[in-house]
Amino acid sequence: MLDAILTCPSIQHPTSSILSMPISKEEVTKIATLSNLALTPEETESFSVQLAGIIAYIDQLSELDTANVKAWQQRSAGEAITSYAAREDRIEPSLGTDVALSNAPDPDLGHFGVPKVIT
Amino acid sequence: MTTNLTIDELHQLYASGGAKPSEITAAVLARIEQSTERLNAFITINKDAALKQAEVADANIKDAITTQPLAGIPVAVKDNMCTTGLRTTCGSKILGNFLPPYTATAVAKLEAAGAILVGKTNLDEFAMGSSNENSAFGPVRNPINEDYVPGGSSGGSAVAVAADLSSVSLGSDTGGSIRQPASFCGVVGLKPTYGRVSRYGLVAFASSLDQIGPFGKNVRDVARTLSVIAGRDRYDATSANEPVPNFLNALTGDIQGLRVGVPPECFGEGLDAEVKTAVEAAIKKLEERGAEIVEVALPHSKYVVAVYYLIATAEASSNLARFDGVRYGYRSETAKTLAEMYQHTRDEAFGAEVKRRIMLGTFALSSGYYDAYYEKAQRVRTMLCNDFAEAFQKCDVIATPTAPTPAFKLGEKVNDPLAMYLDDIFTVTINLVGVPAISVPCGASSAGLPIGLQLIGNHFDEARLLNAAYAYEA
Repeated sequence: MLDAILTCPSIQHPTSSILSMPISKEEVTKIATLSNLALTPEETESFSVQLAGIIAYIDQLSELDTANVKAWQQRSAGEAITSYAAREDRIEPSLGTDVALSNAPDPDLGHFGVPKVIT
Repeated sequence: MTTNLTIDELHQLYASGGAKPSEITAAVLARIEQSTERLNAFITINKDAALKQAEVADANIKDAITTQPLAGIPVAVKDNMCTTGLRTTCGSKILGNFLPPYTATAVAKLEAAGAILVGKTNLDEFAMGSSNENSAFGPVRNPINEDYVPGGSSGGSAVAVAADLSSVSLGSDTGGSIRQPASFCGVVGLKPTYGRVSRYGLVAFASSLDQIGPFGKNVRDVARTLSVIAGRDRYDATSANEPVPNFLNALTGDIQGLRVGVPPECFGEGLDAEVKTAVEAAIKKLEERGAEIVEVALPHSKYVVAVYYLIATAEASSNLARFDGVRYGYRSETAKTLAEMYQHTRDEAFGAEVKRRIMLGTFALSSGYYDAYYEKAQRVRTMLCNDFAEAFQKCDVIATPTAPTPAFKLGEKVNDPLAMYLDDIFTVTINLVGVPAISVPCGASSAGLPIGLQLIGNHFDEARLLNAAYAYEA
């Protein structure tokens, strides 16, 4: 049986040999700003090539007609056979200020210290 | 003192008085220290606490093994699970000095079952990678051949079990991060059903995909460890309210009439010839043991990597927004304003792969691209779920290779992120659909590198899945 199954024509696995134009450095800089990342010029350069290759690969999804398909939603996978945990809404002890601040780079009078916000 | 012991063997040794937990723990810790330079499997060794705990366990170990499933068993935990007061780094500079104020539920359950935590294992930074080369603490090496990667992202946890640095270990699996390193290192690794194991205290990468699971030397050890860590947790709203059987009781080895689905899509072009031969032989062995082999279709297999790398990165870009230098971890010293502090902290302390994924995810969610990428991927995810629902009408478990190739060499794919992503083609679907899957060793390549058989079960059907793996292994 196995041999019969495996002689069926199979879908080709995609390969990474995709030629694509880099996405512009301006676009990479815009995405970096949205991501709160200050990239070096070298990073901007390499990300623009790499992201373009990955996005070109991802673009194969456009071959699929999904007009009548609903977007997946959390819980739909196991919904029919399980229910997920929800605890009673009751106030309970929490970490407390000292423990919550114990990893802070700049704890300051019971608060998280940060550089000036308004300059 | 030997350290090459499964849980059953260790418990027999404890029962007969042949060894005590303190002796086994000391031997394991010595072995970890000796292996550090060669394998780099651990980021933090929990030496003093482990020895102390083991000495306490010595006193009544003969009773404990009858009541505690992991009494006196040395375990290792991936360093993205929080442990109170024990450094938890996620393999990242940004959490290089983080001391968690609480312990992950899965780890607390191991300890309550008598396990001795010997250390925190190395990983790809924030569990992002397939080779364990993305760690800020240096790459992990494959103990079978040190020129090769151990797989990722739970490379350290796979190596811990493969190199006898712990009996069992915990990893996390977002797109194959337990199964692929298990395959590369020749051990058993299970990704349970989404929601089966609490993720409280697991540092989030992609919340609709992440799941904690065990590595072991055999299926029995994995089944036993799953029984310990599984179950609903009031601290994780996504943990499922499903009964947890003792999975050891499911291991009868009887698979007469079990329907094993084989999807031809997973045996085509791009699959290494030796992997194909080994996995086909494994499926034939299941048939010889009484299983019925049936063809199933997974027609959208070609698209899974694209879907995965949109959804996983979109979720990661949101989850990793919390690392901003304010409340914990690294903070840049070069910034003068708050906005600069966020940007410089993240740029200085995240590695290249983490930045790449945050950028890709931000792109997929950004205005003008959301519908074409993120929304599209979620629709195809529904199609994948439908494919699996249909396949499980015809079969009880599905068999595929775990990875398209055996382990590759260190450095081989570092500069080609897409080639690295394509290594996940058989594993990522499982997380997108939420079902459980296990990798069991099924031979080796001519170079001596292990090959893994992936068996996939239906939602919350780990008992049947584990028994199929056990029947294969026996």
